[in-house]
Amino acid sequence: MNQNTETAAAMNAAAGTAQTATASGPAPGSFGGMAARSSAAMNTARISIRDLNFFYGTNKALKGIQLDFPERQVTGMIGPSGCGKSTLLRVLNRMYSLYPGQRAEGRVMLDGENIVDPDMDLNALRAKIGMVFQKPTPFPMTIHENIAFGIRLHEKLSRAETEERVEWALTRAALWGEVKDRLHSSAMGLSGGQQQRLCIARTIAVRPEVILFDEPTSALDPISTLKIEELIDELKQDFTIAIVTHNMQQAARCADQVAFFYLGELVEVAPAAQLFTAPREKRTQEYITGRFG
Amino acid sequence: MSATTAPRSSIPGRAKDQSASAALGRRRARTDGIIRALCTIATVLGLLFLVSILATLLVKGASGISLNVFTDVTRPPGSHGGLLNPIIGSLIQVALATLLGTPIGLLVGTYLAEYAGNGRFGQVVRFVSDVLLSAPSILIGLFVYQLLVLPFGGFSGWAGVVALAIIVIPVVVRTTEDMLRLIPNTLREAVIGLGAPKWKMVVLVCWRAAISGIITGVLLAVARVAGETAPLLFTSLGNLNWSVNLSQPMSSLPITIYSYAGSPYEDWITLAWTGALIITLGVLGLNILARAVLRARR
Repeated sequence: MNQNTETAAAMNAAAGTAQTATASGPAPGSFGGMAARSSAAMNTARISIRDLNFFYGTNKALKGIQLDFPERQVTGMIGPSGCGKSTLLRVLNRMYSLYPGQRAEGRVMLDGENIVDPDMDLNALRAKIGMVFQKPTPFPMTIHENIAFGIRLHEKLSRAETEERVEWALTRAALWGEVKDRLHSSAMGLSGGQQQRLCIARTIAVRPEVILFDEPTSALDPISTLKIEELIDELKQDFTIAIVTHNMQQAARCADQVAFFYLGELVEVAPAAQLFTAPREKRTQEYITGRFG
Repeated sequence: MSATTAPRSSIPGRAKDQSASAALGRRRARTDGIIRALCTIATVLGLLFLVSILATLLVKGASGISLNVFTDVTRPPGSHGGLLNPIIGSLIQVALATLLGTPIGLLVGTYLAEYAGNGRFGQVVRFVSDVLLSAPSILIGLFVYQLLVLPFGGFSGWAGVVALAIIVIPVVVRTTEDMLRLIPNTLREAVIGLGAPKWKMVVLVCWRAAISGIITGVLLAVARVAGETAPLLFTSLGNLNWSVNLSQPMSSLPITIYSYAGSPYEDWITLAWTGALIITLGVLGLNILARAVLRARR
């Protein structure tokens, strides 16, 4: 625990004045939902994690995590396999609740509510926090139905409004041009990169506040990867983004702030440029220079 | 070979190893030859039986095929009867049994794959279903006889339908569960991650992803019950007269084959062969259809 307090303190110090407000705790103004989104300063925390522990049965996979996800910025999460970064993503949308024996304790605040509270309305939470997975997961339906599926879960839209939203989502995901003539053919016929952009379109069609990316390009070729990265850069205008990646170049390219995890602990969090050029922690230094991991 | 042996022989003791390994190679080749021969003989033997059954069926059955078989009802020996009532009776009973058994099997299979997890109850259900899958079908006939025939005062088409449905259920349970388990968990998480309740995940996505496999299972179940005789002996009994009343004993192809084939009348025996050919071709057709469905969706 001592280690973590140090880390959090170090984080405050290093992040500079802009980050201090974020790290010192959730500002009251940041929980106003849409109003806060439009008026908030760049670095208001959208999600604030405090003293988060996570357990797979008796195995403690996350230890005393303190982390803020700044509004409309990209937070990259790096670290060797099994360090807890994907686990943290699965806490943010409560995916772990699908599996008995997995539990979280601590505070993960979003819009004034604690995400890990057992009474949380999970479907409403997942409408606010969308997720894109490592492998593209198109549903066995047409391209149009894939997008409309998510919309219909949360909103009752007229036919025309649905069409409009589908086009908007596909356009934002840089896929509209490629699929506009075959909206009603199966999504399974798309290429891997297209399927992943379809999944992104499906996620943003629900109009979440936060989007979680779990190694979104590790199953894709370099060109598709580039497209997804450009997309993430573009999407941060409207969404708060958390991305788990094994690729440190990717984290450097995409992320505004980067968090380094090791053995279930958050070792260091800093602006990307700083973490990769002048890390404070020895373990971060060793990891980014390839000495372990 | 010489390129690899030259440097090797320079290592002490290598020459001895070489003669030993040559002996080992010969022994392995011999064992391989024996196993290969045994497998080939078994295959040929099995095929021989299968081909002779099919050939006999084709020769004896085809000779009796005529339009009359499909348009005329069963008649006394020597009066050129057909098989219309057994064919229709079989179609009705198999269709209703499928309609009755499929939804139950589908829901049980879904329970096992999506809801039961590794719980004790799920394991028991899975075990019971598998036992039912391989239970002798005459047992199911006797069970329905006790359940529906004795209390309601007689053999009936409905009893036959129920007996066949009981055979359909475990087949559909098994294939549904297997097919749902093939769906990667990431797909389920993707649906849940959009904020969908679990029932929508199951009904709108998982069933859809598994549909071709489930349809295949249903078709195989239909093929299985179409040829069942034993469960019908104690339930729908068979009926030599035209009847589509499910409250009365009902005719069926397997029962008709059973009674005709054992009769001393030449024309009845021919009709039995023809009926057997019709069932076989029907089942063959269903199997081909099942394969086509599975392939088309892949």
